[in-house]
This record gives sequence, structure tokens and C-alpha cells, in this order.
Amino acid sequence: MWPGRRLFAFVAILGAGLVPAHADTIRVVIDKLVFSPAEINAKVDDTIEWVNKDILAHTATVRGDWDVTIAASKSASVVLKNAGAVDYYCRFHPNMKGRIIVAPR
Amino acid sequence: MLVRFSAAIAAVCLLSGAGFAQSGHKPTDPQIAHIAYTAGVIDITAAKQAISKSTNKDVVAFANDMVRDHEAVNKQALDLVKKLNVTPEDNDTSKSLSKAAADKQAELAKLSGAAYDKAYVANEVAYHKTVNGALENTLIPSATNPELKGLLQTGLKIFQGHQQHAEHVATELK
Repeated sequence: MWPGRRLFAFVAILGAGLVPAHADTIRVVIDKLVFSPAEINAKVDDTIEWVNKDILAHTATVRGDWDVTIAASKSASVVLKNAGAVDYYCRFHPNMKGRIIVAPR
Repeated sequence: MLVRFSAAIAAVCLLSGAGFAQSGHKPTDPQIAHIAYTAGVIDITAAKQAISKSTNKDVVAFANDMVRDHEAVNKQALDLVKKLNVTPEDNDTSKSLSKAAADKQAELAKLSGAAYDKAYVANEVAYHKTVNGALENTLIPSATNPELKGLLQTGLKIFQGHQQHAEHVATELK
């Protein structure tokens, strides 16, 4: 019983140690073919959530990397895995552009 | 083919402002609504032809995007005119647009394979360019109802996106 409890306590402390560095969710709203904010600062492991208020499907696409489709009036998200600045655009409407600056954690 | 293409463009150019300037009056809101809706229907028809004719993955994907977007915009346009109690009014610009589009469709129907793909995408670039010019120079400035104007302004952004998308597909086909 005790060893189990101790193990539990140890895991809890380890878990608590990770919590302060928890990842954030950053919201980007799409309205009338505009990503806003157009430029955001984030950290590795943060989630970007796009909230699409348009009646059209859009994408957030990084050439040669990730590609997220955001259905009309829906949301979609991506977890940032790498540090660095990325420019993304909508494949359906390439005049829609955004930028994410990802700092290491 | 070049002659016929130019003829189609010339017909479509009625939209670009010169047609209205010559006739000496600006289009009314019911006419603007009709022109905008017709322009959408034309692109949906062209896209459906592409979906049935093309085997190129990028071309078919682009055509599907056109159907989805233009149907969504036209649905919004219909909802708006209903709400505003405006009855879209047929007019010479809508008629010449439809005539030019029907001619273009017949011309494209004779092509197949890569030749069809190139011609369809080239026409999509030219068509969106023309419609965007008409929106920017004639339809948006002439619209009096602010909600109609707003819808046309969003439409312009969408179709500018389509133009860029079509230009990108055209580059891939080269």
C-alpha cells in the first residue's frame, strides 16, 4: 500500500513540476477572409486554434509543412512542434496570410 | 480560338464599367444583385464541366473549391435579397455574361486532356479578373444598400483569392 502511495506522490510532484510550463492555446479568428491577429507569438507545444466565422472553408497551410482545414463556421487547431517563424496562408484563398513566431520552450 | 476568346472577353467587358458608362446610368441594386448572382452561377457551371471532364487532381480540386465557395456566396446573396425584399432584375449585363459563358463552355467542351485543363484554368484566371474589375469599379461603387455593398466587398476578397488560386494552378500546369 505504502510503496504505491509513495509512487503516487512522486508522480504527482513530477506532474506538478510540469504544470507551470503548460502550453497555451492561442486563438486566431477568421472573419471576412482575414486572420486576426495576423501575426502571433507562441511557444513550442502551444496550440493555435482558428475560429472560422466565414461561410466558406479555409485552410491554414505552411508550404511543405502542416496543413489544417477549417470548415465553414467551425474551428480547427494545430500544436506547434518546432521553433522558428512560419508564414501560413489559405490554399483556397491565397490572399489570406498569417504568421506565427514560435519561440523554444 | 484566340479570336473567340477575345470575343468572350469583349462581351464580358460590358461588366467592367464601360457598358454602364455608355448607357449613361449606374446599375440599380436589383440589377447588381442579379449580375453578382449570375456571375456566380456561371463559375459553378464551368466548374461542374471541369469536374466531369478533367482527370487532373489539382484542376478537379480547384473546380470543387469553386462550386463550394460560389454556392455558399450565392446562398448568402439569396438570403440577403429576401431579407431586403429586393427582387433581382435581369438586365443586359447579366444577359451578355450568360451568353459569353455559354459560348465559352461550348468551346471548352470540344477540348480534352491537358489542352482542356489549360484552357479551363486560363479562363478562370481571366474570368475572375474581369468580375473583380467589375465589382471594384462598377458594382460596389453603384450599390446603395450598405448590406449589399458589404456582401459585394467580401465577394471581391473571395474572388481575388480565387484568381490567385487559379493563377497558382495555371503555373502548376505549365
